[in-house]
Amino acid sequence: MAQLAATSDKKKLKVDASSKIFDVMAVVIVGLVALICVAPFILMLSGSLSDESKIVVNGYSLLPQDFTLDAYKIVFTTLGGEIGRAYLVTIYVTVLGTLLGLLTTSMSGFILSRPDFKHRDKVAFFIYFTTLFSGGLIPTYLVVANVLHLNHTLWAIILPGMLSPFNVFLFRNYVKSIPNSLMESARIDGAGDFRIYWQIVLPLSKPVSATIGLFLGLGYWNNWFGYSLYLISDQEKWGLQYLLYRMLSRVTDAVRDAQIVVDQLPSETMKLATTMLVTGPIILLYPYMQRHFVSGLIVGGVKG
Amino acid sequence: MPDYNKKQGKGDTMAEPNIVMTKALKQRKRRFADLREHKTYYIMLIPLVVFFTLFNYLPMAGLYNAFTDYDFSKGLFSPFVGLKNFEFLFKGGWDSIVWKLTRNTLLYNVAFIVLGNICQIAMAVLLRELTFKKFMKTSQTLMFMPYFVSMVVVGSIVYNLFNYKYGVFNNVFTSLGFERFDFYQSPEVWPFIIVLIEIWKGLGYGTVIYLASIMGIDESVYEAAYVDGASKWQRIRYITLPLLKPTVIILVLFAIGGIMRGQFDLFWNIIGNNGLLLNATDIIDTYVYRSLTVNFSLGLGTAAGLYQSIFGLVLVVTVNAIVRKVDRENSLF
Repeated sequence: MAQLAATSDKKKLKVDASSKIFDVMAVVIVGLVALICVAPFILMLSGSLSDESKIVVNGYSLLPQDFTLDAYKIVFTTLGGEIGRAYLVTIYVTVLGTLLGLLTTSMSGFILSRPDFKHRDKVAFFIYFTTLFSGGLIPTYLVVANVLHLNHTLWAIILPGMLSPFNVFLFRNYVKSIPNSLMESARIDGAGDFRIYWQIVLPLSKPVSATIGLFLGLGYWNNWFGYSLYLISDQEKWGLQYLLYRMLSRVTDAVRDAQIVVDQLPSETMKLATTMLVTGPIILLYPYMQRHFVSGLIVGGVKG
Repeated sequence: MPDYNKKQGKGDTMAEPNIVMTKALKQRKRRFADLREHKTYYIMLIPLVVFFTLFNYLPMAGLYNAFTDYDFSKGLFSPFVGLKNFEFLFKGGWDSIVWKLTRNTLLYNVAFIVLGNICQIAMAVLLRELTFKKFMKTSQTLMFMPYFVSMVVVGSIVYNLFNYKYGVFNNVFTSLGFERFDFYQSPEVWPFIIVLIEIWKGLGYGTVIYLASIMGIDESVYEAAYVDGASKWQRIRYITLPLLKPTVIILVLFAIGGIMRGQFDLFWNIIGNNGLLLNATDIIDTYVYRSLTVNFSLGLGTAAGLYQSIFGLVLVVTVNAIVRKVDRENSLF
């Protein structure tokens, strides 16, 4: 008996040793990776608060060199108006696009989940097929610009981003998990399909709506591509990221291709300050948003 | 036979119950009855159908331009050139544009999928084993930061890291006594840099998905293994990883479906239009974008896009057929 106890104790000790090593390794690796993820932003932030001449000599560092707000001051005075306007444009596009997107996605997902909708498999395939085959960038551009004449308007950004098969299926799967009895009893009470959607399904689908809303909102907020295609000559309608893109590429293209440094182009710290101004809100807000990403995805089912 | 004369509550009654109904008439009445009964369904579906028709199916007609020498001034009436665009793209065999683009697109995507998923799974496994909840939550949040930031900012970060004069890496090199290295003139390094950046950007998101799957595994299975003397390594190898398999398969299959489509945003913001690096970094999407916005050769760009879509479709169907034979449950359709 005593022998048995001895061996099982030995086993427990062995397990603890290698598990302890593992635990330490886990902390080290996770910590390192987390730091690597954040390091570039810290470098940029400190660079934007540093003195230009020090940066030119020493390069970037984790702490600001000769702390100064000069870069921000210059950016505010020269580009403040443009950045402010770009903020308004981006907020407008994001809010409108996300609301429209949520509305259409939830309606579609709701209908596709209804067992008494005869054509739901056909419609599901209609949507799914677009993930298998598409016309590509240029035909889509031609449709949006030449057929629908949406270029030079913000609708070219808002509309194409409203719906995606992934989101529709995500919402559909979530609705399927709502107990049928709720909707049946509403039916019996005389509610029409739209009322069931509006008063029962929508309120109950807050988690997945939050997730989809976040996906949509993030997509609209970070969009620069649409502007580069359809609004390239409409400077007053530029979104934040595209403004940043134009600003940055003026300098980097010149430097990359021909090793030229031109006096009047924005300095390094100015570029950093602009970048921080454009991306600051996202960095401050995203910790609160990431929670919703996760919960909606889990409940909606990853296995779309 | 359901009696449509007596539908409840919808108020639409047939006024001539004595007419002899032919089969066709009955079917038509049935379809319209369905339309009437579920009027709201069809109305609510209009945005969806209109959207996908306009933005997805209508453009497919534009694929016709792959066979033309597209001229903006002539539009639809651009000269038809048959397969000339494809000839140009395929000219040269292994040296052809098509081969270089395909090779780059596929290789990068394979690297993204394989390495990306490995890192994400590893992270998720490690995160789960952490005992300090606060540390885990904080790390998870920090790892998510790159995901939320736009590609334009990522491009800026890459530039700040790798440029010749001020880049972080070059400064580290010089301070250690080494020569500066001009990254932007050296194509060979970019595959590594791009893959690393892509992994860095997607780590937070993928980790969370795998973590969610892992959290769904019952704790008691781990406890039983612990009692039986299994070490942490063994518990991970024999419990966590096998149970993750379905999730991995689904995610990888989804990814393969898009393997001919590249992360355009990533490539364009990091490389842009830098001719020197194109050999190693041009993917189909950046080629098409350039042909639209820089070269204005829309016929060629459309041809490349058509190639991309067809290749992609064939690939997905093939891969899915293979998966079906092997493990039917886990296939997509």
